[in-house]
Amino acid sequence: MGAADHLMTTGLAEVVRHHEISQFLFREARLQDEHRYEEWERLWTDDAIYWVPANGEGGDPEQVMSIIYDNRSRIGVRVRQFLTGKRFSQTPTSRLRRVIGNVEVLGEDGDEVRVGANMLVYESHRRGQVTWAARNQYLLRRTPDGWRMARKQVNLVNNDTSLVTLSFLI
Amino acid sequence: MNEAIAEAAAVRRVDWEHLIQQERVHGSMYTDPQIFQEELRKIWRRTWVYVGHVSEVPDPHDFVMKSIGPDPILMTRDKDGRIHLLHNRCPHRGKQVCEEPRGNARTLTCSYHGWNFGIDGKLRGYPFPSGYAEDRRKDLGLGRVPRIGIYKGFVFGSLAAEGPSLEEHLGGAREAIDALCRTSPEGEVELTAGFLQHKVMANWKFVVENETDGYHPSFTHASIFEVADSKIGSLYSGESTALARYLGNGHSEVDLRPEFRRRDVPMSWFGTTADKLPDYTRRMEAAYGPDKAREIMIDGTPHIMIFPNLFIAEIQLFVIQPLSVDETVQHVTALQFKGAPDLNRRMRQQTMGSVGPAGFLLADDAEMYERSHLGVQELNPEWVFLGRGTHREQRDADGYVVGNVTDEVPSRGMWQFHRSLMEAN
Repeated sequence: MGAADHLMTTGLAEVVRHHEISQFLFREARLQDEHRYEEWERLWTDDAIYWVPANGEGGDPEQVMSIIYDNRSRIGVRVRQFLTGKRFSQTPTSRLRRVIGNVEVLGEDGDEVRVGANMLVYESHRRGQVTWAARNQYLLRRTPDGWRMARKQVNLVNNDTSLVTLSFLI
Repeated sequence: MNEAIAEAAAVRRVDWEHLIQQERVHGSMYTDPQIFQEELRKIWRRTWVYVGHVSEVPDPHDFVMKSIGPDPILMTRDKDGRIHLLHNRCPHRGKQVCEEPRGNARTLTCSYHGWNFGIDGKLRGYPFPSGYAEDRRKDLGLGRVPRIGIYKGFVFGSLAAEGPSLEEHLGGAREAIDALCRTSPEGEVELTAGFLQHKVMANWKFVVENETDGYHPSFTHASIFEVADSKIGSLYSGESTALARYLGNGHSEVDLRPEFRRRDVPMSWFGTTADKLPDYTRRMEAAYGPDKAREIMIDGTPHIMIFPNLFIAEIQLFVIQPLSVDETVQHVTALQFKGAPDLNRRMRQQTMGSVGPAGFLLADDAEMYERSHLGVQELNPEWVFLGRGTHREQRDADGYVVGNVTDEVPSRGMWQFHRSLMEAN
């Protein structure tokens, strides 16, 4: 195989991986928008961390307040709370649609890739319409069942201000 | 003068006695923008309001942005360790002087014309001083909150130059702050974990009333009690021995100690046992002796609403900030006890889970105040009914009114105090 062929194969593999990852993120977005909690929960690895920092970059979540700082067990509690049907801040559920864009692979290590993306969420709720914008960072892991999230960090653009209730899956 | 102008110019007389009755309150008390303006004048800019904690400005020249009602207030510590509460407004042309939420600075400089202030608020200098016939520095410092009071590290300010002392205002609430501090092996609370800011589209009094409303948890929070291994629910059941108490001056508490004493398990108040916090237990026993430590660790921390804006909820501290008649911000952080690292870590974790915009508890509370706020705009019925438990409320040994934990003793007390403030000129 010549150098050009090698370049082509490597480049193609990267394109395929980028496509797979993008599709995974789009699917996660759709499950969140449609409140498909159990399917969404299955996207996480057993050692997952779901982090929504407060106050800008958020500092060390082990030391300071975060809007969400869930380990895998707490992600499960979050999902089960929705499933009771008595999570009143989501009863009725917010009507949501979000766009994930600017998807970039930022690094890789074995089976794991670091991915960055921008996100815009439009929320329609009794209190009004809210637009949420964020920079998302993911640590995705390739497993026998496909890509999974080991870590998701949602840096809301306005997280240094007072925020209205945000009880849907961001 | 035409009729509309005459009406606007007339001093509106509100019949507070009609709007705030013993068992019911008129819906407009939550929704009328003019009543809100009058509350700013007679409550927020007159009584003692909680501003911050000394641990938020630990070092000389530290500053942090706080508020009294909608007004931004700078809390600073000067080189000699004194705490100051300053208005963040340049006396020259009104621009805000400090633009950072917190930090450490020897001086603050207004970026508009370069006026320079010490962290104690004194004007140090202005550029091109020959533009003034005489030295005006002495008269033109940053505006100062007229009265500042500190109780066990909790800093309060009053925008009125005269009135009751902080100790008089706190009254029975002081004991709750004492009890809170006692839960630390070193007798001190610290606020070092940063705040979440949760905005609700509801009047501030819905938030105040909810804090010591023991009637709602079983219903509003059913979802989380159902899925988390929580023993909170039973504290607020009809069979609970916990009490609702009105402490005077607008303050109220839910006293959970009778239930914790019945359980007789140290750290049950925190949903755990002492053997899971060996370091904390050891430090408490060393500080207070085994018997007193056990007593403190059974009783736990208070659940108290200190009127008008400080809510201490066992493991959290909330500061209620009204922005307008229908917008309120809840600033919330985990309480941290000096010398209790293992407990502090768990308090931070539980706080993050339960409060703030996405919290397992608070998101649903917020939903309820917002829906109430929408509801009271309906005028049939016009009233909010607060009569629960009037037939069984009593005076306790200290002379405070107490009722079942699910009774509306706290709301009734708060409203009577509110009325007394509004009736004053």
